[in-house]
Amino acid sequence: MTEVTPAPASPAQERRSLSDHLREIEFDPRMIGMVAALAVIWLGFNWLSNGAFLSSRNLWNLLVQTASIAVMACGMVLVIVTRNIDLSVGSMLGFVGMVVGVVQVQLLPGIWGFEHPATWLVSLMLAIGLGGVVGLMQGALIAYLAIPSFIVTLGGLLVWRGAAWWVTQGQTVAPMDSRFRPLGGGVDGAIGSMASWAIGLGLCLAICAAAALIRRRRKRFGFVLRPLWAEILIAALGCSAVIATVMMANSYALPAGIARRLVEAKGGTWPEGGLVIGHGLAVPVLVAIAVGIAMTFLANRVRFGRYVFAIGGNPEAAQLSGVNTRKVLMLVFGLMGALVGISACISTARLNAATNSAGTLDELYVIAAAVIGGTSLAGGVGTIAGAMLGALVMQSLQSGMVLIGVDAPLQNIVVGIVLVVAVWLDGVYRKRLS
Amino acid sequence: MSIAEPASIGDAHAGEEAPLIEMRDISIAFGGIKAVDGASVDLMPGEVVGLLGHNGAGKSTLIKILSGAYRADSGTILVNGEEASISSPRDAKRHGIETIYQTLALADNVDAAANIFLGRELLTGWGTLDDAGMESETRKVMGRLNPHFRRFKEPVKALSGGQRQSVAIARAIYFNARVLIMDEPTAALGPAETRQVAELIMQLKKQGIGIFLISHDLHDVFDLADRITVMKNGKVVGTARTADVTQDEVLGMIISGKCPPAAAAGPGALRG
Repeated sequence: MTEVTPAPASPAQERRSLSDHLREIEFDPRMIGMVAALAVIWLGFNWLSNGAFLSSRNLWNLLVQTASIAVMACGMVLVIVTRNIDLSVGSMLGFVGMVVGVVQVQLLPGIWGFEHPATWLVSLMLAIGLGGVVGLMQGALIAYLAIPSFIVTLGGLLVWRGAAWWVTQGQTVAPMDSRFRPLGGGVDGAIGSMASWAIGLGLCLAICAAAALIRRRRKRFGFVLRPLWAEILIAALGCSAVIATVMMANSYALPAGIARRLVEAKGGTWPEGGLVIGHGLAVPVLVAIAVGIAMTFLANRVRFGRYVFAIGGNPEAAQLSGVNTRKVLMLVFGLMGALVGISACISTARLNAATNSAGTLDELYVIAAAVIGGTSLAGGVGTIAGAMLGALVMQSLQSGMVLIGVDAPLQNIVVGIVLVVAVWLDGVYRKRLS
Repeated sequence: MSIAEPASIGDAHAGEEAPLIEMRDISIAFGGIKAVDGASVDLMPGEVVGLLGHNGAGKSTLIKILSGAYRADSGTILVNGEEASISSPRDAKRHGIETIYQTLALADNVDAAANIFLGRELLTGWGTLDDAGMESETRKVMGRLNPHFRRFKEPVKALSGGQRQSVAIARAIYFNARVLIMDEPTAALGPAETRQVAELIMQLKKQGIGIFLISHDLHDVFDLADRITVMKNGKVVGTARTADVTQDEVLGMIISGKCPPAAAAGPGALRG
């Protein structure tokens, strides 16, 4: 028997199709499709609204409105990847929001008075913790008692909505702490031009550094490398998206009165002709981006994420390989709950009030965002970035229709049809690929 | 073709060595039905033991107890003569027991490297997945098993039956298994691939690895196995050296539970 040399790392030159090329440079063609769909939606609404849609004001608000759903969609991807579903996120958001409202408006002020500098942080941590505990509880029922997630979370949908009402017997709690409100966006929740540029440049550096790092690792093992032009193109696309977002956020001017107060508070004088001060990036958008990056890391770079996908692909195989599938499953739901906690803070802060109806129907928007973003309900397939883009597509449709004056019932009809068509197209594409 | 680095096992104390694996009096019941009832089998280093029996005879169940997928209701498992507690697949792997399942047990949606290292991922110094390192190791081990394999980046569902089999085998042998369980390893393969698996078994045997071969193809088992254990209705009918019995006699054991004189009768053998 002769020793056969290991497979050489560089394959022989063969004839390849375009999709082979795309695969080789690890560029997901479905992502391109989604960005294209988003571009069509944006340009279409812009045309129908005579340029109002692509104004910095509308885009800024669009991103803020997307944040809450986008954060939850990140968790829903992992839930759906494991072949489960979470129908309770909207109700959980309502419940966690109510508890946070009561703690922040009634409980904490009784301890250390109103407008204490730690109130916002305690509220945020409490929301994440409470959401996480609720999620873990549901996850334990699903993983250890083997009750279908559809049933457990359908029960959760009713239970937590009821619990949200119970917290204050249905009363709305307001207003929120002034340091908490920036989590929801608005003028207070805009970080200003300079900070936006700093964050934008930081992100660009991170994109380039990550690309270089991965390339160096692959080179060290002598693997196929993406062509350099593709590497540079991808990094450039990422950086320009970041820079465009920063420029857009900075060009959305603060209302004159507020800008004037800002200038005068710093000891300056308000010039005669007025002054344009940009909003800069919104806090909830930054939170969503941070969650997206963290969740992508979790999904792709550590064992937990690998196990989540393996369970989605073949639960039995994962178990036979020694993966503690039940624990992973429970943690996935716990993580989903913690993200609901973050979204609860964003929604409550944005509304500047905690109401027991907050988050109604959010579960459906979150699931739709994940599915439009390429997450397969059969399990095993999905990306965080896709789900966040999916959330942006959904929100773009909705706010675009509001902008051009489509009636509310018709909005729902359109969103529903788009969801079905998007999943159908994805299925057609997948079939052609395999 | 040369398979994994030779494991230096079994040649040190030839003659007085304890069996690599000894399963004694194993029983397990599912909802009142005794799937395995007082079964005992053993395996020496460098030996291939064929487990035969009808569907539902209990051979797969018995072997899943050894691989940690099921937990026996009673009975003991000895590894190298020492009692071992195997209550999960992780425990079995710690004892060097690797399994190639009939279904292959691959996560179809991830690539070959992710499957081979599933549950035993290589990590970087930061605690993150060392994907490049795992891919590099995968290229090495797959290069020995299946030199033409190129599709390292694709989910294994895109691979052919033989390629998928290679991935499952690579996962079992990469971690220096001492005991290999192969459940119907050739059921889904064509003739050429079946021959390849047979060659592989002979090679692993030479390295001192003990192999349990589960099959209902008599010819396969007669060609490869040193000993044969036949099960019926959850009980061991008998165990015989392959050289001492004919295929007809073994067929009789499988079908009617009649144990020929050359075989050591088990509790499941037909009486009278």
